[in-house]
Amino acid sequence: MSEPLLDIRRLKKYFPIKSGLLNRTVGQVKAVDDISITIRPGETFGLVGESGSGKSTVGRTAIRLTDKTEGEVAFKGVDLYALPPQELRKLRPKLQLIFQDPYSSLNPRVRVGDAIGEALLEHGLASKDEVRDRVLDVLSLCGLSSYHIDRFPHEFSGGQRQRIGIARALVLNPELIVADEPVSALDVSIQAQIINLFRRLQETNGLTYLFISHDLSVVEHLCSRVGVMYLGSMAETASRDDLFREPLHPYTKALLSAVPIPIPKLKRERIVLKGDIPNPANPPSGCKFHTRCPFAVARCAEERPEFRHVGGERYVACHLV
Amino acid sequence: MSAISGGLPAADTPIARKESVRTSLWALALRRLLQNKLAMAGGIVVALMFAICFIGPLFSPYTDNKIHMALMNKPPNWKHWLGTDALGRDVLTRVMQAGRISLTVGLASMVLSVFLGSLLGAIAGYYRGIADQIIMRIGDLLLTVPSLPLLFILGALLSEWKVPPEDRMYIVMLLLSFVNWPGIARMVRGEVLSLREREFMQAATVLGLSARRKLFRHLLPNLVPLLIVIASLNIGGAVLSESVLSFFGLGVMPPTPTWGNMIDAANNLIDFQQRPWLWIPPGFCIFATVIAVNLFGDGLRDVLDPKQKR
Repeated sequence: MSEPLLDIRRLKKYFPIKSGLLNRTVGQVKAVDDISITIRPGETFGLVGESGSGKSTVGRTAIRLTDKTEGEVAFKGVDLYALPPQELRKLRPKLQLIFQDPYSSLNPRVRVGDAIGEALLEHGLASKDEVRDRVLDVLSLCGLSSYHIDRFPHEFSGGQRQRIGIARALVLNPELIVADEPVSALDVSIQAQIINLFRRLQETNGLTYLFISHDLSVVEHLCSRVGVMYLGSMAETASRDDLFREPLHPYTKALLSAVPIPIPKLKRERIVLKGDIPNPANPPSGCKFHTRCPFAVARCAEERPEFRHVGGERYVACHLV
Repeated sequence: MSAISGGLPAADTPIARKESVRTSLWALALRRLLQNKLAMAGGIVVALMFAICFIGPLFSPYTDNKIHMALMNKPPNWKHWLGTDALGRDVLTRVMQAGRISLTVGLASMVLSVFLGSLLGAIAGYYRGIADQIIMRIGDLLLTVPSLPLLFILGALLSEWKVPPEDRMYIVMLLLSFVNWPGIARMVRGEVLSLREREFMQAATVLGLSARRKLFRHLLPNLVPLLIVIASLNIGGAVLSESVLSFFGLGVMPPTPTWGNMIDAANNLIDFQQRPWLWIPPGFCIFATVIAVNLFGDGLRDVLDPKQKR
């Protein structure tokens, strides 16, 4: 096993709920509750889960875009949260984030070329003469044309804007890209283009991704390992093949049984979960999933299952496995 | 990066090559503003008002304070287009001179209050915490006191302290900005609060841009439209406030003419009933300026601040 590129250990992120005249903290939303992920260089780690399960918060705390509550994040052995602000700023180009919403993630008053090139200048990664060439290179790599360089974001479609966002991250030659649902705002044909672009970049540049998605088929196509989140906790992590062949956690089983398959005659068991994801400010006792789990037993409501190693690259948080 | 070959095929059609449309948001806004007839009418009236007041007196054969006892209270005639006042001074010349003062006071107090308000509002919104609390509580305090009585008290204090009349104009500017900044600071703070949470600001953090660059390249340009709108709408209010203060004898003092104290000078029954040329021209100037400024400001807001649109 090689040295991990990103090592997230027992990460917690609680958002305080404030109310009343004095703005007192009356509770906490446990958006990320004790999560550990190890990402090795060159791999794509997929993070899946339904809306509100804390996927994006993991992505953002993993690169210290928001502050953590507890835990550690190490990038190539360097504790991100121990770095002074100036050091962190110098490290930023290595850790890039691709945003979900291609509309709000581009400044409407900055030309595309400036948006992509300004960080190069800021970090002294290119001289003023080189910047334009570097930007043109990355534009063509992302399927945009050279004349787009002087345009403003409002002149582009959603898919083009997302590619501008990707170009902005790529031009810095990052080692890790956190992709926060980069394709969910795009239509299917564009999705395929973007995903293939991600793959190609991984082959040519040896990029490492933390790929956050709720689309299981995209994750299956792109990722080498997958983590399944439920209500701020990790339910199961496994290699892609293991997970899709034989899911162990009941939640993973339910998720996979909901993926449509293109064979109409094939009947299979469908696990339908009842109800909604519980309120993360007031999560259920014991195993957070027991309120919706079809296999739950008495123990599940009382005791929180440990995130156990169950052989190979598999970890599961379930009493029944 | 250039070593990497491949990538997506560029959508490079001959039609898309029409490379003349480099439309910034500013160019788009200007085009839409030019199409708004009401706003353009307002803009033209404001421009005319400035031009007449600042250039007009140069062509006038009279000065604002030349007293002519033989020409008291003459109605409009060919020599004095808007008549003369109780001291035989040419009303047209005085209205233009007054316009210089009133518009200058309006403009200067606008600049000052927008500067003060946006600086304090931006600090409060961007840094939050203690700075926010202190600035906004002081602002709230000022907002809870009705501004007109406050101005009256301050104006009366100035008279008590025997401030020389020539300096009162500058003090009136300071007074007006003093009561106006909290409202502006609130608007700017709100805008900064929403802008700093926008994803492109987070993207700037992820790219590792310096605080200075984030502030001046990303935050400020997005704040400018709001500032322009606030500024334009503020001029009208400032002109009006100055006139009110001067009308009550608490603003700029005669003999320096302003639209407000010219009307005040005609504030008696005989002038009101029999010498309308003394108060209609300055009154009309206040009315026209404020209406025109507000129309123009509304037009600007429609164009620059899409959130406020119906």
